[in-house]
Amino acid sequence: MNFPILSTLIFLPLISSFFIFLSKDKTNNYSSIYISLFSSIATFLLSLFLWYSLDVKTSEFQFVEEKSWINNFIKFKLGIDGISILFIVLTTFITPICIVSCINSIKTRVKEFLIAILILETFMIGVFCSLDLVIFYLFFEAGLIPMFLIIGVWGGPRRVYSAFKFFLFTLLGSVLMLVAIIMIYWLTGTTDITQIYEITIPKEYQNILWLAFLSSFAVKMPMWPVHTWLPDAHVEAPTAGSVILAAILLKMAGYGFLRFSIPMFPIASEFFTPLIFTLSIIAIIYTSLVALMQDDMKKLIAYSSVAHMGYVTLGIFTLTKQGIEGSIYQMISHGLISAALFLCVGVVYDRLHSRMISAYGGLVNYLPKYSFLFLVFALAALGLPGTSGFLGEFLVLTGTFQKSYLAAMLATFGVILGAAYMLWMTKRVIFGTVNNSDIKNLKDINKSEILMLATLAFFVIFFGFYPLPLMETFNVSVNSLIDNYQIALNGN
Amino acid sequence: MEYAIIFLPLIGSLIGYLGGSITKYFSEITTSFFVSLSAILSIFVFLRGIQNDIYGNYLVFEWISSGKFTANWSINIDPLSSVMLVVVTFVSALVHIYSIGYMSHDPHKPRFMSYLSLFTFSMLVLVVSDNFLQLFFGWEGVGLCSYLLIGFWFKKETANNAAIKAFIVNRIGDFGLAIAIFLIFFFFGTINFEDAFEATSLYAEKKLVFLGLELKLINLICIFLFIGAMGKSAQFLLHTWLPDAMEGPTPVSALIHAATMVTAGVFLVVRCSPMFEYSEIALNFVTVIGLITAIFAASVALVQNDIKKIVAYSTCSQLGYMFFAAGVGAYHVAMFHLFTHAFFKALLFLGAGSVIHAFNDEQDIRNMGGIRKKLPYTYIFMLIGTLALTGFPLLSGFYSKDAIIEFAYLKNSPLGNYAATIGILTAFLTSIYSWRLFFKVFHGTYNNKIISIKETHESPLIMLIPLLFLSIGAIFSGYFFKSIFIGDHSVDFWKTSIFFLSEIKSDVIPLWFLLITPILVVISVPISFYLYVSNPKLIEDFKNTNLPLYEFLLNKWYIDELYDKIFVRPAKKIGSFFWKKGDVGIIDKFGPDGISKLIKIISNKTGRLQTGFIYDYAFVMLLGLSVLLTYLILK
Repeated sequence: MNFPILSTLIFLPLISSFFIFLSKDKTNNYSSIYISLFSSIATFLLSLFLWYSLDVKTSEFQFVEEKSWINNFIKFKLGIDGISILFIVLTTFITPICIVSCINSIKTRVKEFLIAILILETFMIGVFCSLDLVIFYLFFEAGLIPMFLIIGVWGGPRRVYSAFKFFLFTLLGSVLMLVAIIMIYWLTGTTDITQIYEITIPKEYQNILWLAFLSSFAVKMPMWPVHTWLPDAHVEAPTAGSVILAAILLKMAGYGFLRFSIPMFPIASEFFTPLIFTLSIIAIIYTSLVALMQDDMKKLIAYSSVAHMGYVTLGIFTLTKQGIEGSIYQMISHGLISAALFLCVGVVYDRLHSRMISAYGGLVNYLPKYSFLFLVFALAALGLPGTSGFLGEFLVLTGTFQKSYLAAMLATFGVILGAAYMLWMTKRVIFGTVNNSDIKNLKDINKSEILMLATLAFFVIFFGFYPLPLMETFNVSVNSLIDNYQIALNGN
Repeated sequence: MEYAIIFLPLIGSLIGYLGGSITKYFSEITTSFFVSLSAILSIFVFLRGIQNDIYGNYLVFEWISSGKFTANWSINIDPLSSVMLVVVTFVSALVHIYSIGYMSHDPHKPRFMSYLSLFTFSMLVLVVSDNFLQLFFGWEGVGLCSYLLIGFWFKKETANNAAIKAFIVNRIGDFGLAIAIFLIFFFFGTINFEDAFEATSLYAEKKLVFLGLELKLINLICIFLFIGAMGKSAQFLLHTWLPDAMEGPTPVSALIHAATMVTAGVFLVVRCSPMFEYSEIALNFVTVIGLITAIFAASVALVQNDIKKIVAYSTCSQLGYMFFAAGVGAYHVAMFHLFTHAFFKALLFLGAGSVIHAFNDEQDIRNMGGIRKKLPYTYIFMLIGTLALTGFPLLSGFYSKDAIIEFAYLKNSPLGNYAATIGILTAFLTSIYSWRLFFKVFHGTYNNKIISIKETHESPLIMLIPLLFLSIGAIFSGYFFKSIFIGDHSVDFWKTSIFFLSEIKSDVIPLWFLLITPILVVISVPISFYLYVSNPKLIEDFKNTNLPLYEFLLNKWYIDELYDKIFVRPAKKIGSFFWKKGDVGIIDKFGPDGISKLIKIISNKTGRLQTGFIYDYAFVMLLGLSVLLTYLILK
């Protein structure tokens, strides 16, 4: 196929953001909203077409594009396989939802906000398409800038602190990754990862390189103990920012582990598995307990995200079929569920301007539709069978059990805590009697809000009962990932 | 038809919920109709199985496939699941109909009926599963519906707390079940019942090192499975949610917390009999926990005053019976007791609901009494329920409960004899507390100060008809089904769905042993009448002289308080500690905040160097120059 479909996909949002920039909205911002909605839906449809035409029976990279960029030193190389396509579709699916959510929640500088979102989309899709380390690095880090602005400009009262904290943490990791990329180039003479896969990086360098990549991915994931930026960033970010952050940005690190750390440094991955297990278990138990005590809804969900990401890292480094598939599934599912939960908080925040759990209570009396959807997502977040949240978690735990009984037991224990904090929050927000008299004047969710939340609810439940469309997509790619890993280990 | 049995309740639930606002009784009628239809079909399937031996496994669609980890959505009809189908759909249909009357004043009826149907669907999915994952789905699905229905009156703080407690305690059980599934998958490489059971005999002697202990694989699996069962069936240590669950509407208590969901644990153990049979230790563990629960719950039920809590503890105690039946290897007897218990316990709960209804939501039996003339039908139905529960000769409980005690005796081991003794003792306690409840409500003097005896009223027909059906079941189900469940035809009936490693003993039981329980049960009637109606002072005096014992029982052995102290509060404290000290106090303080503070300090210091005065700079330059010169000269 000669048509550069991946480049089109990546740059479509960027180009349309340019049109928004040109549009002249003064009083209302409908034209910019329509342009961005149109372009993001077009991007989504294009990504669906891509998914449809992807051959899932092979683990080869497909739709590969390759252009020499800087003197043959850095190539602009793109390509996707069964794993990355799902993250692309997730990105293109979440973006229009974010744009719809802006209608209710963003009141100032709407045009600029939409531009930031679309540019961010370009970078995110770029991350999942890159087959060159430098290109990957550029997209990976460039995503920081629009996100930094989204928090810093449209955020809450402590937005500057949060934005800087977010920036400091992520930048620290990134610098080390850049050094590692330069070192890889120096060792192998290329930054094209398909070529690096063929070369075995010397054993003595693997550990240090792996750690450098970890420092970046651990922050983005986020893993314990570098997770503290996430609750602050979420609390201050506007709804759409939180949604993108939780649904997609957190997944880039998990994807990074699968695409880079494990295939490039298999020996180091094996060596450091106990470390990852320990950090993941701490993340699951520790942050679940912390989540239990939160009085701010967004913080609670943010901490629960850290715990859920703990399952992802745990699953990836089991290097078992169930573990990795579970992790990918958990990432996709968390993308939907956490997005929905942040949207839910956004819905009531737009009405009452408080994120405190204590400000609510008894919402079901006045907002029955909202309460129903909220309950669905809370149950999905605690991993109820029949929702997508269950399968990911359960597969991860099945995979973990094959590597370590203790880790699996502790992680399974985290599932109990997950139920505790989610249900306790639901009880305090949704059920009970109305204490705050303002609640009586609240209106139930409007059409655009129903559209967003019901769509997400549909997929959360659909993929809980029928996960095969997703699992068949990444099945072969995961197999080859594990096979290559085993071969690399046995070779040494 | 098998598909219809499973999916009719789901369809009813959806239509009932969405169409709730169409006409007044729309959702009540649709849900009841769909579930009744499903009940009729289930009875048909059950009878067809007995007569023509038609069973089968029907595939719905493939659920999950990840390497060897595969599971289907399927409908597996075998003798065991067909029994459960009948129990679940039959009781459910009656409870649906009863609810039309009982909930008639509630503004959220459509939601209520829809949840009931959804529960029925989840429970059916659980029992017809052919693999552990679908079982787990149903397992948590019924837990969800239980959560939703306990918290149905969402404005009540206590109801919300009870709902959460039920869900979380059940999750602790689910933790055990999940670990068991991981073990099964890891070693057997499958989560299908059939394949896993086939593999069991190959691994009967396999040992593994688990968390530092060397254990037999099969023991470990069975114990974890049983922990799952303990959560769902409210066995001792994980029982605390069941009495609290009585915060839900009474029809819910009858359906979920008496007849169906709580018996899922028993069903699990019986379903996994091919595994339990290889694990002596797990079976003994099951017996012991069952025994403790039976006697513990019966002892607590003796002193409770809330009518529903008495019946709830009674359920707990009867579930204990079922487990120790399973523990001594009499799985079919456990199933038989499950079957009969469903009828009389649902009857008692719905009867209690009728009483509560008559008193306008009064639940304390101290505020009742002497209303047998006002509620003649309820009186008769409750009498039948009480007789059946206590195991009065010729009623259903008699056949199943005595069979449990007899099988324990036939086991002929120390534990078996011990179990039989405790079983007899518990049977005696059961009759005492049952009759206490019965006499205090229907006999004696009228004690309610809020409403007068004239205002109490018999329930409407729509509530009495289900009671009638259940009474028929409570009277006859023992007599009619004895032979196929536990008698001569039992082997033909159960086939391979229940597995016995060794032949069941059928020695002759001495007559004196056979007579002990019925005699105790019969004489307990006049004893209770004397204690609770004729001469209540006696028991009052006894209570006052043994106050610590009374308090101990009244407060349910203080287990809730204990859990609060050792689990709930520490968890919250640790959570706060991690947050305030861990995240904010350490990570942030030395991480981003520390770095930015450090940079600020350094830049402040360096900033101060730039004084702006030319002589300062000149002085520093001179100083530097002289240092450089000294260095060069010395070199």
